[in-house]
Amino acid sequence: MLTTDRDRLRDEVLALADRLGRNRSSLIPILQDVKRKYHGVDAYALQLIADILDLHPVEVYSTASFYAFLRPLAEGDFVFRLCRTLSCEFQNKEAVARQLEAELGIRFNETSADRHFTLEWASCMGMCDQGPALLVNERVYTRVTPEMVREIVGECRASYNGHEPQREEEYLV
Amino acid sequence: MNVVTQGNELTFAGIERDVSLKAALELSRVEILDTVAAAKLKGRGGAGYPTGMKWNFAAAEKRQPKYIICNADEGEPGTFKDRVILADFPDLVLEGMTIAGRATGATYGIIYLRGEYSYLRSHLNDAIGQRRERGMLGRSVGGIDGFDFDVIVGLGAGAYVCGEETALIESLEGFRGEPRNRPPFPVVNGFLGRPSVVNNVETLAWAAAIFAKGVDWFASIGTDKSTGHKLFSVSGDCQKPGVYEFPWGITVADLLKEVGGKDARAAQIGGASGRCVPAAEFSRQLAFEDIPTGGSVIVIGRHRDMLDVAENFLEFFVDESCGQCTPCRLGNAKLLECVRSLKAGTCSGAHLEDVKALCETMQVASKCGLGQTSPAAFLSILEDFGDEMASRATSA
Repeated sequence: MLTTDRDRLRDEVLALADRLGRNRSSLIPILQDVKRKYHGVDAYALQLIADILDLHPVEVYSTASFYAFLRPLAEGDFVFRLCRTLSCEFQNKEAVARQLEAELGIRFNETSADRHFTLEWASCMGMCDQGPALLVNERVYTRVTPEMVREIVGECRASYNGHEPQREEEYLV
Repeated sequence: MNVVTQGNELTFAGIERDVSLKAALELSRVEILDTVAAAKLKGRGGAGYPTGMKWNFAAAEKRQPKYIICNADEGEPGTFKDRVILADFPDLVLEGMTIAGRATGATYGIIYLRGEYSYLRSHLNDAIGQRRERGMLGRSVGGIDGFDFDVIVGLGAGAYVCGEETALIESLEGFRGEPRNRPPFPVVNGFLGRPSVVNNVETLAWAAAIFAKGVDWFASIGTDKSTGHKLFSVSGDCQKPGVYEFPWGITVADLLKEVGGKDARAAQIGGASGRCVPAAEFSRQLAFEDIPTGGSVIVIGRHRDMLDVAENFLEFFVDESCGQCTPCRLGNAKLLECVRSLKAGTCSGAHLEDVKALCETMQVASKCGLGQTSPAAFLSILEDFGDEMASRATSA
């Protein structure tokens, strides 16, 4: 991370901590924000958040690593999460899974070398009546077919072609 | 959004905005509590704890501030009715929270929204913002001096166990979502050590609906011990999956007929932590006194292998166990291993008996509901489809 990036991260986390309150309850919202913007929580970010909230870094790491959506590992700009729970399994999620691997060129639990894509399994995401369900960052796709996978991945590729991937706006209350 | 859920007509659709809250605010705090108790409303998340009792305990606590927490961490496999309620009737849920706040003397409400539903967050914040503008949240709610109540949305981060109320509170406080010992219960010692009511989304919506439609109406529906309607999330091998409202007491067979799934060989009721009901028992009732459920119904067609079902659920539990207590952390892994060996035809009868004993240990010794209920599906499949299993167990 460049010094300027570090400064920017520091300013952002400080601003958020001051808005939410410098207490433990702010930890998860801060981690969510950092993870969303930087697609990972590196050692510097862990230490920084710990300093600002007056926690031991291992506490921050322990909390972050507990949650499927907060794992500190670096991940791609687009995180694909395919539901693997029973109803989606009944609706042929396996074919979608194979197509995702083929289209993205990675296996499940991997991130592409260009850091654009991560592919993961997800537990039931509440779309059981219209599976298989796929979550791409915060967008949900339902009744996904192998043909749709190609389109979805194509849309993602088009959006970063010469541009930064689209980010969600600030989401904290 | 490309999300349209089918189903039948819901009572909630016929209730105008603010009608419930205004009716409740006409009443004294004690009258509100008595109304919810008289309706015999029970928790819709699955555990079925009487809502009136929960609110009463919190009301009796002296310490302030108190919190009303809406459990929108709908993670049970096969459940999606809370998603539909939050998307279509956010005001009703917020009114339920506000009524609970009035009754218990709470000043803050928190909706704990599961991370997978983050796309609903701005929708909920819009509804909250509009209620503030109309004076239905914030200071002097509904024009009542001294009744301040406001709601914020907190976002989960992908952990099934956080649907357990004490794990949910740990998560809100910024910790790992590891369940606490109970007692003390959240109504005494909850968020930040303060009295906190944790209610499911649907429970809060029904609590509000009771004030719009009347306690007599609500109490007249369903069975003696399970009053009112229930929302069911129906998926799997049926023609019309979706969210359905039925009175408590409906038989599995009648429900399956409605959704076009009567040829099923079994129905998984209550999600991964529920039980697998075979066709021979389809005359049983969905009610707290027979088959209790949070409303998840996964229809299992004749062509399905029951071991695939058990394997899918156990993979889920191995993934979602928080790892805090040993019976759950190691037990689920052992169960999954056993199912896989059954599938491969390499499980001896003696080993199967050992695993059944392990199931009992898990049910008795796990710290929270996750480990206590995770063997249920596996056990009910072994019990009801034992012949299929046994033939494979001895083929080694």
